[in-house]
Amino acid sequence: MSTHAANTAHDAHAHTHTVKRYRGLMDWLTTVDHKKIGILYLIAGFFFFLVGGAEAIMIRIQLLKPMNDFVAADTFNELLTMHGTTMIFLAAMPMLFALMNAVVPLQLGARDVAFPFLNSLGFWTFFAGGILLNLGWFDASAPDAGWTAYAPLSGPTFNGSRAMDYYVIGLQIAGIGTLLGGINFMATIINMRAPGMSFMRMPMFTWAIFITSVLIVFAFPVLTVGLVALMFDRLFGANFFESGTGGNEVLWEHIFWIFGHPEVYILILPAFGVISEVVSTFSRKRLFGYSSMVFALVLIAFLGFMVWAHHMFATGLGPVANALFSIGTMLIAVPTGVKIFNWLFTLWGGSIRYTTAMLFAVGFIPTFVMGGVTGVMLASAPADYQYHDSYFVVAHFHYVIVGGLILGIFAGLHYWWPKMFGRHLNEGLGKLTFWTFFIGFHLTFFVQHFLGLLGMPRRVWTYLPNQGLDNMNLISSIGAFLMGIGTIVFVTNVIITWLKPRNAEADAWEDGRSLEWTIPSPPPEYNFKQTPLVRGADAWWKEKMDGKTEMTPAEPVGPIHMPSPSILPLIMSIGLFIAGFGFMYDNLLATIGGLAVTFACMFLRSVFDDHGFHIDPEHEEVHA
Amino acid sequence: MNLKYVMKRILPLLTGLALLLSGCGRADLSALNPQGPVAQKQYDLIKLSISIMTLVVVVVFAILIYVLIKYRRRKGDKSIPKQVEGNHTLEIIWTVIPLVLLLILGVPTIQTVFGLAKDYSHDKNAVHVKVTSHLYWWEFEYTDYGVTTAQELVVPTNKKISFDLVSADVKHSFWIPSIGGKMDTNPGLTNRMYLEFPKEGIYRGKCAELCGPSHSLMDFKAKSVSPESFDRWIAAMKAPAQVAADAHIQETFRAKCLTCHAVGDQGAHAAPNLTGVGGRETFGGILYNDSDPNNREQVTVDNLKTWITDPQKVKPGNTMPSAKDNQLTPEEIDGIAKYLAGYKLNY
Repeated sequence: MSTHAANTAHDAHAHTHTVKRYRGLMDWLTTVDHKKIGILYLIAGFFFFLVGGAEAIMIRIQLLKPMNDFVAADTFNELLTMHGTTMIFLAAMPMLFALMNAVVPLQLGARDVAFPFLNSLGFWTFFAGGILLNLGWFDASAPDAGWTAYAPLSGPTFNGSRAMDYYVIGLQIAGIGTLLGGINFMATIINMRAPGMSFMRMPMFTWAIFITSVLIVFAFPVLTVGLVALMFDRLFGANFFESGTGGNEVLWEHIFWIFGHPEVYILILPAFGVISEVVSTFSRKRLFGYSSMVFALVLIAFLGFMVWAHHMFATGLGPVANALFSIGTMLIAVPTGVKIFNWLFTLWGGSIRYTTAMLFAVGFIPTFVMGGVTGVMLASAPADYQYHDSYFVVAHFHYVIVGGLILGIFAGLHYWWPKMFGRHLNEGLGKLTFWTFFIGFHLTFFVQHFLGLLGMPRRVWTYLPNQGLDNMNLISSIGAFLMGIGTIVFVTNVIITWLKPRNAEADAWEDGRSLEWTIPSPPPEYNFKQTPLVRGADAWWKEKMDGKTEMTPAEPVGPIHMPSPSILPLIMSIGLFIAGFGFMYDNLLATIGGLAVTFACMFLRSVFDDHGFHIDPEHEEVHA
Repeated sequence: MNLKYVMKRILPLLTGLALLLSGCGRADLSALNPQGPVAQKQYDLIKLSISIMTLVVVVVFAILIYVLIKYRRRKGDKSIPKQVEGNHTLEIIWTVIPLVLLLILGVPTIQTVFGLAKDYSHDKNAVHVKVTSHLYWWEFEYTDYGVTTAQELVVPTNKKISFDLVSADVKHSFWIPSIGGKMDTNPGLTNRMYLEFPKEGIYRGKCAELCGPSHSLMDFKAKSVSPESFDRWIAAMKAPAQVAADAHIQETFRAKCLTCHAVGDQGAHAAPNLTGVGGRETFGGILYNDSDPNNREQVTVDNLKTWITDPQKVKPGNTMPSAKDNQLTPEEIDGIAKYLAGYKLNY
């Protein structure tokens, strides 16, 4: 928006140096603007979503009929591993980060995140890690030990090729990005709220992101520790998980799930936040039971750290552990139920407008309930001995992750698209996306509950005929194709919308309640010309109800301090990318060279202070 | 649109109900068709939890459908609904009711967890079996009798079978759905569980943990027989090996096969024990000998030939060399297949 002012740093109070600003591609490579980083996350995340989706379609083609040989058995294991890993780490989380970046600072009334440079670094490390992970496809073998990477199948003895190195190193690099994001958003939400916005006045999406960030900060280091240990096993002959030489593979399971279970909530809590915003906006009602919604979020996050062993009921931890983790897991149903009923009672008595975003939100509620109740069923350990590692589990987690998170992301994208891009997505195509995706989803996954109970283990490359599994597998595959069609419709919608003029209003849905709807769509680089004064929960709604047409400013108009763009985050990530390959191929030169590049950038960043620049919003001028 | 919405919500449920009523799957495979007390206890818990959860789903769906229809916005409606902050009574209701429902599910859960964890490993009346999982086959060692077999677990009816489970390589999971839930076989750590087989029959077992390319093909069978029949089986397993009639075939078998496999008192234990292999239901876990009941003899021989000729084609990633690598002539393959197909035990 203000790039046309680039390089025109003639100014009144220039006293240090000229601000270097870029156009075109370089602008995107160097940006530290949270809105642009959000768009980068969206593009990269959606790209990986398409890759993971293609892998899913291939899995379903292979399982379309018994004893099919569309792909070979070892290729199938690569597909299922890469599908899971890609969808969770490279598609779902980045798309959530896209929404976080696009929306949270705006909802807070902030001009950017707390650490814009780190924000950019987080994106580029995620992207470098994601690319590295997927390059396995072009080597002898992509990762093939499941996204859970259970040792010893993922260890050096039984996985001698480099396949799992791509997983171990790619995820470590991508994990840096996630951790930085978590730290950044925690700091942003704590420190950068507009005057008057107390914690209990924050929009529910921002609350959800706050709790998610806390979960990331506590859970991701655990994954990193596990991955480093596995890397030492694989590259340097350590014995953490190698049972033949005194290691313990159950230790990996514990580490993985101590991270892995909170990860599930890292994925779903932001979706809860999106649904809260969308349901409330399109019912024209404030969120029912706001404080209990906040309390439920906190409680889910807290309990989420204490239930990891319910993924290990069949591991043989003994009856005491299984009983305790059963009960702990069941308890999570209570705060989750509180959220569901509060959404229902937000709708109750409202004036419900069925936009595409709202369709996805009301589609989310029953779907997530179904995923939630199967979760409680799974919590009962003795029954889980039957469900565990069967298609019942596959059905359950797709109900919560696709039926929960992905429907939530689609709701959020349709809802905030005008704010991010200044254009409304086409409602007709949006509704077509919803119905094909929604029906396809239930067709794919509902029958899988029964497949599991009838004796079909998960992660199977094929199955024998006449076991009562043939018809339901066919139905499931047809559903998957329908979901694929829904995704194609969405892509078409994005392209068509791209060609339309930018004409979205500031309050794009007219019933906006939070601060992002008080500024232009898309917002200027500095978001708020004047920091707004927040006078209550649903700050913008409150002003509208009082007959105002804009927020009360909390400061006079004046030059706005902005962070400088920087290419360093990209170069640091490329350094890590090169070093990753150096580790894998045992190439000392690449390892040291790559790390040297990264450390050199850190040195530059630390030694040379960059004080940013100032924009005068009245004149759109840039001052160093 | 709302009616359409309602229909779309209800249809999948009806389909599911129809599937549920149309049958609970094969008696030898389905967890919904339990054939033993362990699976029965688990099935009872499944039924209890499904009932409670159906109640929850129905309540939520009913409220949802009601509000979605009742409170839809009419055209041109500009009115602002009452901004309700919340309701403490309601919050308490939807906290306490779920807690009560969870209590109803939690108590039998804990009872069953401890019930199914009973240790019969020192019970003199129980049969003790050490299960060792390999890539991609199952080894069953009867520690009371000094007998080892593979791929086909033979057990007496109406006795507690106490399993010690361990893996020789990667993690696998031992699962006979219609008899009882699964337990992982961990490398280096022994797990313990028990099962009971009240009825005579043959049940399908599966590996439930991803273990490599042939994970999906790592099936086994559990065969429950009368206690008398079981005793005869043990005796037959301990008897000296039956040898091939043809001396050349016998010598080839000894030189090429018994370096890894065993029959009776001969051979090694790196690969599945082949004593009585001709009477098994399958070869390699998935080549079914009863696919043509009228011609079982021929199918058995053909399956063995398929397997011996190129095991990789049947089960990718297993460690058995092909006939070519073993330098077996077609005549030798034929001879060995006929010998093994005829190697049956009377019990």
